[in-house]
Amino acid sequence: MLYREAGDFKTSYRDDSQTFPLKLDRLGYYAALAVAFLVVPFVITDYWANSVLVPFLIYAIAALGLNILTGYAGQVSLGSGGFMAVGAYAAYKLATAFPEISILIHVLLAGGITAMVGVLFGLPSLRIKGFYLAVATLAAQFFLVWLFNKVPWFYNHSASGQITVPERSFLGWIITGPQTSASAKYLVCLCFAVLLAWVARNLTRGTMGRTWMAIRDMDIAAEIIGVNPLTAKMTAFAVSSFFIGVAGALLFTVYLGAAEASETFGINKSFLVLFMVIIGGLGSIFGSFAGAAFLVLLPVFLKNVLVGSLGWPTDLAAHLELMIVGALIVFFLIVEPHGLAQLWRVTKEKLRLWPFPH
Amino acid sequence: MDQLLYASEVVVNGLMTGVMYALVALGFVLIYKASGVFNYAQGVLALFAALTLIGIQQGQVPFAHLISAVTGMHLDSFGWTVPSLLAILLTALVMVGLAILIEALVLKHLVGQEPIILFMATIGLAYFLEGLGDLMWGASVKSLDVGLPQGLSETVETMTDSLFGYGFFIDRLDIWATVIAAVLVASLVAFSQYTKQGRAMRAVADDHQAALSVGISLRFIWVMVWSIAGFVALVAGIMWGTKSGVQFSLSLIALKALPVLMLGGFTSIPGAIVGGLIIGVGEKLFEFYIGPMVGGATENWFAYVLALLFLVFRPQGLFGERIIERV
Repeated sequence: MLYREAGDFKTSYRDDSQTFPLKLDRLGYYAALAVAFLVVPFVITDYWANSVLVPFLIYAIAALGLNILTGYAGQVSLGSGGFMAVGAYAAYKLATAFPEISILIHVLLAGGITAMVGVLFGLPSLRIKGFYLAVATLAAQFFLVWLFNKVPWFYNHSASGQITVPERSFLGWIITGPQTSASAKYLVCLCFAVLLAWVARNLTRGTMGRTWMAIRDMDIAAEIIGVNPLTAKMTAFAVSSFFIGVAGALLFTVYLGAAEASETFGINKSFLVLFMVIIGGLGSIFGSFAGAAFLVLLPVFLKNVLVGSLGWPTDLAAHLELMIVGALIVFFLIVEPHGLAQLWRVTKEKLRLWPFPH
Repeated sequence: MDQLLYASEVVVNGLMTGVMYALVALGFVLIYKASGVFNYAQGVLALFAALTLIGIQQGQVPFAHLISAVTGMHLDSFGWTVPSLLAILLTALVMVGLAILIEALVLKHLVGQEPIILFMATIGLAYFLEGLGDLMWGASVKSLDVGLPQGLSETVETMTDSLFGYGFFIDRLDIWATVIAAVLVASLVAFSQYTKQGRAMRAVADDHQAALSVGISLRFIWVMVWSIAGFVALVAGIMWGTKSGVQFSLSLIALKALPVLMLGGFTSIPGAIVGGLIIGVGEKLFEFYIGPMVGGATENWFAYVLALLFLVFRPQGLFGERIIERV
């Protein structure tokens, strides 16, 4: 009754093809943005920023990137951790080499560098497919992490082998380093997330997104009807790696402040991002956010319940968390292969008719 | 001359490591052939098998940690130890039970899904089993001893010493692993060639629907194949566990088995063996010659990059079936 499309008339194609065709959806979206930009920064605490909101936004960007590659273009990648490392190390090298340029530009440039590396490792996708490719991307993961560990140039010959972010500010606000306030961290990540989600949404519903989806659904058929697999796959790898690189750069500069390749960007990171995409929903922008929120919140929730309320030891909670995440992956693949995004779609469908059954 | 002898020692050791990789890869190939599932959880199966074996051997109480956290009771062990052979048998039974559960809870519901969905499901399974193994038996690093000989083989050393004037260092465990792997492969081949169940397994591998229509029970075959894979995982777990201790990193050897498979082709048992040997020798030689120049630890990635380069030229691997694509 409340949520319906009756009376929402469209008089032009432009109206009909907008991102949120329903007025109620549109209003909800603007309201969410307004709360995120105007309310949250003033009430945010360090705990909420560091354990929930900032990691959520950063992983949402990474999940968006992987979703473009895996969900839209159908190329499974297990190299996200390695590409995030490229973003982080590129941002570090740029920030220390050109301190006079704003670090926000460095983050974007780091994304660009990651895009180039991504294209390089994406080249084999023209020959190999499916899980052969998934395994091939493992080469990127292990090689890149090894490279950042072994070549001292990447971490400026620091004794610990770690990279540590220098303190930088933007318009008088400190946005990196230990002095950063919770709201500054949050706002930087929020701006990137909203901007990149907007880019992703418009790329995936345009020509480029359609060629990606054609390649995903059947690459040979797509090639026959005139989609160039080289450009489609390479653009998918480039755009996806750009997103993942930005996420890696933000993870290092804004969120963690210090990083070490094999610990911060190990194979588990790759799986984490992949799981976000699966649980959230392959081929869905909303799903990327939902999956990231789910997998960021789940450990926090479990920790609060098991360790906080029941008083269990932390290692026990960690093992249970592994089991629950694993079981949820299997559960989602069996019950709803299209993830949380599909659940949301079904709920909306139900809401349209509510309270009537038909 | 010395350099050459060193290099050949490296090669021999690489061959032995390769056999160990091949052992893990074998489990993958079996499941892939029979059900088209690319089983990422194979390495975790090996870890789980090794943990269970130790737990049974030492009479640990399963879930002791959890029980003590919930009820406050302090249980550690039943206070008995089980002989190795019996423990191995019991663990094999546990692996069969696990296979039945996996079939009933996961695979049955995913029939007809795309291979990549099945692959991701096994990643979820791997996480679950990893957590379960830690929860049941504790996450500490354990050493496994089932009575396999270990340490420097003196026979080989004295023999090579008298032949070349330089004693090769070869672990006796590696020699045993090679023998056991050879026996395992021979018996698997015999099983699939000469027994009724083995033929049924090959029929399923060939064509699911045709196999169903001549009265072969798919579900039984799947349980059987996962049980065999569980057994192979147990053997691999024993070997790797004895060699380098039972801990989380054991499950990462599964990742090392992936490039082995890509080289050998997913559908070929001889391919798994040859691929394992190539990777084993290749990474050891690369580390020996090139490693010192670039800072070492190249073993982490060499196998993947080799497989990646190889696949670009031959996407189906060395022995895999030719990939034919149609619209």
